[in-house]
Amino acid sequence: MLFAAMAGYAVAATPALVPYRIEGDAIQASLAPDPGDPLRGRELISGRDANCLLCHAVAETGVRFMGDIAPPLSGIGARLSEGQLRLRIVDSSRLNPETVMPSYYKVDGLVRVAPAWRGKPVLTAQQIEDVVAYLKTLK
Amino acid sequence: MLTLSAAAAEAPRPQPKSGIEYAGSDVRALQADDFGNPGMLWVARGEKLWNAPAGRSEKSCASCHRDAPATMKGVATRYPRRDAGGGELLNLEGRINQCRVQQQGAETWRYESEELLSLTAYVAHQSRGMPVNIGINEANRVNFERGRDIYYRRQGQMNLACTHCHEQNAGRKLLADTISEGHGNAYPVYRLEWQSAGSLHRRLRACYFGVRAEQPAAGSAELVDLELYLASRARGLRVETPGVRR
Repeated sequence: MLFAAMAGYAVAATPALVPYRIEGDAIQASLAPDPGDPLRGRELISGRDANCLLCHAVAETGVRFMGDIAPPLSGIGARLSEGQLRLRIVDSSRLNPETVMPSYYKVDGLVRVAPAWRGKPVLTAQQIEDVVAYLKTLK
Repeated sequence: MLTLSAAAAEAPRPQPKSGIEYAGSDVRALQADDFGNPGMLWVARGEKLWNAPAGRSEKSCASCHRDAPATMKGVATRYPRRDAGGGELLNLEGRINQCRVQQQGAETWRYESEELLSLTAYVAHQSRGMPVNIGINEANRVNFERGRDIYYRRQGQMNLACTHCHEQNAGRKLLADTISEGHGNAYPVYRLEWQSAGSLHRRLRACYFGVRAEQPAAGSAELVDLELYLASRARGLRVETPGVRR
């Protein structure tokens, strides 16, 4: 399954990103045809693909070491809507240009990106939905 | 106006804190113990190299510079440095390689080779305990400004600059690691993660990798300029070579 996901990612390495519309501080519409899978989202946030725990603590994961550069995400699903979470993951710089939060679904406006990552978003559209789905479970 | 901002940028922190102050007690103890500090192995190798004839000249470092504890004392506090006569900005590694080619008639050592690391560690070690003393002047101002620009430039897929971690978030945790202010005053260091001594440029390249940016070569002008800017931020911190870090 991981292999299939990686193969699919490689094939879809260069096409344009799924377009999205920002309304207020949210992206209401899902970026992917399939609904987000919270279990895959849980794997992503502690894994190397998204690496959220590098900066954010999520007590619900039970992970021993977590960062404290950014706010803890416990209960975030009760504080933010799905659409608000989606925009904050896709491109937090739209809300705060000075943020240290990377944009997880953006390829333009970046400089000197390493060849292995050039032209690719950090996460795929489906992975964004998986992370959103997991964060919505944190209530 | 320009002068003002440049002057302000040269002294952004009145009291810099060395990375060792952010380290755990085990790492501190290891650095403080010259018999336990693994970096001392490189210093000892460097002392041998200092006295070993090299190249067509068959001269050793000691043939000209004699007793390193006397003649190299304080040298590392003034590097990277550019000769008054011009030429490029050189860090200690660059100066050693220049000496090998021009004075010894030897080949340069590859960056990160055991030889270059060892001799650099030996030379820097002669300044241990002395404060970093980089001055910004007409000879190095262009390099300083380039280094500062790099420090504040967002880059890579993570779109982060040095400042975002090492200035704005020093002292906070990145997973299990405490982020330091990113000073170079202990390099070359023995890093537990590497199980080896390594250069500042190796460490800087690791940060470029972390933000998923193109990595400049070790010894490149970009990294030497950045090293100069870092040294200016570290002014007043004591040289710790060989430092120990996680």
